[in-house]
Amino acid sequence: MIRIEHLEKHFLTKDANIHAVNDVTLEIGDGEIYGIMGYSGAGKSTLVRCINFLEIPDSGSIEISGFGKIVSEGGGLFLEKDGSRAPLSEKDLRKLRRSIGMIFQHFNLLDRSTVFDNIAYPLKYSGRSKAEIEERVDELLGLVDLKDKKKAYPSQLSGGQKQRVAIARALANSPDILLSDEATSALDPDATESILQLLKELNKKLGLTIVLITHEMAVIKSIAGKVAVMEDGKVVEEGEVYDIFSDPKQRITKKFVGTSSGLEKIEKLIENGTVLPADSDTEKLVKLTFTKDSVGEAIISKVSRNWSVDVNLVLANVDVVGENALGGIIAKISGSAENVKGALEYMSSCGVNTEVIANGGEV
Amino acid sequence: MAEKFRELAPNVYNYSDRFAESMKATFQMFFIAGLLTLLIGGFFGILLIVTKPGGIKPNRAVHTVLEIITNVFRSIPFIILLIFLIPFTRMLVGTSIGVKGAVVPLVFGAVPFFTRQVESALSDVDPGKVEAARSMGSGTLGIIFRVYLKEALPDLIRVITITAISTIGLTTSAGAVGAGGIGSFAINYGQNMHYQDIVNVCVVVLLIIVSLIQIIGNTLARRTYNRELFKK
Repeated sequence: MIRIEHLEKHFLTKDANIHAVNDVTLEIGDGEIYGIMGYSGAGKSTLVRCINFLEIPDSGSIEISGFGKIVSEGGGLFLEKDGSRAPLSEKDLRKLRRSIGMIFQHFNLLDRSTVFDNIAYPLKYSGRSKAEIEERVDELLGLVDLKDKKKAYPSQLSGGQKQRVAIARALANSPDILLSDEATSALDPDATESILQLLKELNKKLGLTIVLITHEMAVIKSIAGKVAVMEDGKVVEEGEVYDIFSDPKQRITKKFVGTSSGLEKIEKLIENGTVLPADSDTEKLVKLTFTKDSVGEAIISKVSRNWSVDVNLVLANVDVVGENALGGIIAKISGSAENVKGALEYMSSCGVNTEVIANGGEV
Repeated sequence: MAEKFRELAPNVYNYSDRFAESMKATFQMFFIAGLLTLLIGGFFGILLIVTKPGGIKPNRAVHTVLEIITNVFRSIPFIILLIFLIPFTRMLVGTSIGVKGAVVPLVFGAVPFFTRQVESALSDVDPGKVEAARSMGSGTLGIIFRVYLKEALPDLIRVITITAISTIGLTTSAGAVGAGGIGSFAINYGQNMHYQDIVNVCVVVLLIIVSLIQIIGNTLARRTYNRELFKK
């Protein structure tokens, strides 16, 4: 478990004081795949770097099960463990880092070392003998399916293979936690998919807790269980990925979800005049979100039959989030005022999230 | 062969003892000063990288002092530095002439140059690699040896080559103020006694030395750079 409490981090530059992490409190359970989402500059990278103290937070604390609670206070780090409190030594800090694996967007492999030497790098700190290191590297190469590349240099590998080597290296000392900093952002779609599958597999097989930061919604949708949305250093929304996707609350989350479903295109259509927004009693442009409970039902045809309203589908999309379907429709409903109202109420009662798009811009 | 040489460079032949002595002095200066430069300049270069703002052990005081010293000594022309350092050299090694006296100003002349070269070679190492090493629990020494020096090796060989060649040049300048070596042989016997053949031979010898250093440096750099290609 990782428990982050009231974490703060500022960066002082010549002409600005950047509040990169602003009072963040989060709890990440063991064995979870936890996504942190946000645009660049939102502070997600800094937050993740605080977990293994590549960045030293200004204040706040991070508790990591099996290690203790590290408190940043007055420019110093303290380790609270078993009721006692002591300054965190450089040695403890390095020990902590060795117990947390990390992978990066640009892989960060040593170019002048072979795949073997790259993976063996952290093993040199584990006190293993040469033969034991060799054995462990072989095991890790099997884990990431790269047995035949042992003697290759990074320049001879594809992006996806490089990231596999980086994953093997990060897992060398069998950490419980893996931090992934935009690990798939530099990869093509196929490689992204295979790395995500690998991460999912490792999460299941090893019980690995994965904290992944990304600006790609697809990554979150495909493997994360929980997600935190960050904006300007703050966590603005947090929860189960499916809940966040089916019912986003914050403006930025809506924007993210809209981009990923394609339904935000309605704004463009309205702007161009292709679709005229209507918000009268007899005609409404609505956004309907079908969650896992309602996605299987024939609600649209029921509504149009029972309330004799016309339903004109403008945009529609079905997403798979985790293992569940999530549907979104933008439609124009017209009929008598009474029937339109009744239809919308019926859909709401069926668990369909209905939202009237009034002034065009507000989706 | 000897006859031909005697014909081409009669004065070199006549002063062959002095010539051999000069060669020996040049090599002594080069190796002693070179080795010291390698160690001191290498250390300073690493220190600059490590202590820079955002480095692995930032230390503004050390970094600033080192920057200033490096810049000051780099901006003094070597021939002035030679004269300037005479009292200091005398105090340090008891004499300001000969190989012993030349090594001190040579080190002062070459170290700032090499320091900057090492700094620039190391700053080309991708900060991401350093961060990855930190995330794996490497300490300062681990990062210096296992990431910086290892990853920058081809560049380091290149800058060592450049510095070695420039040090050869410095040893000949030192010859002008009593250091001995090929430089002083060319000045005292070639220039002052109007034996052009001596100057010519000195030029050829220096050319050969410099070319050899360059060839060795290039070969080593290429070997370390394209290691994967050499394995195929």
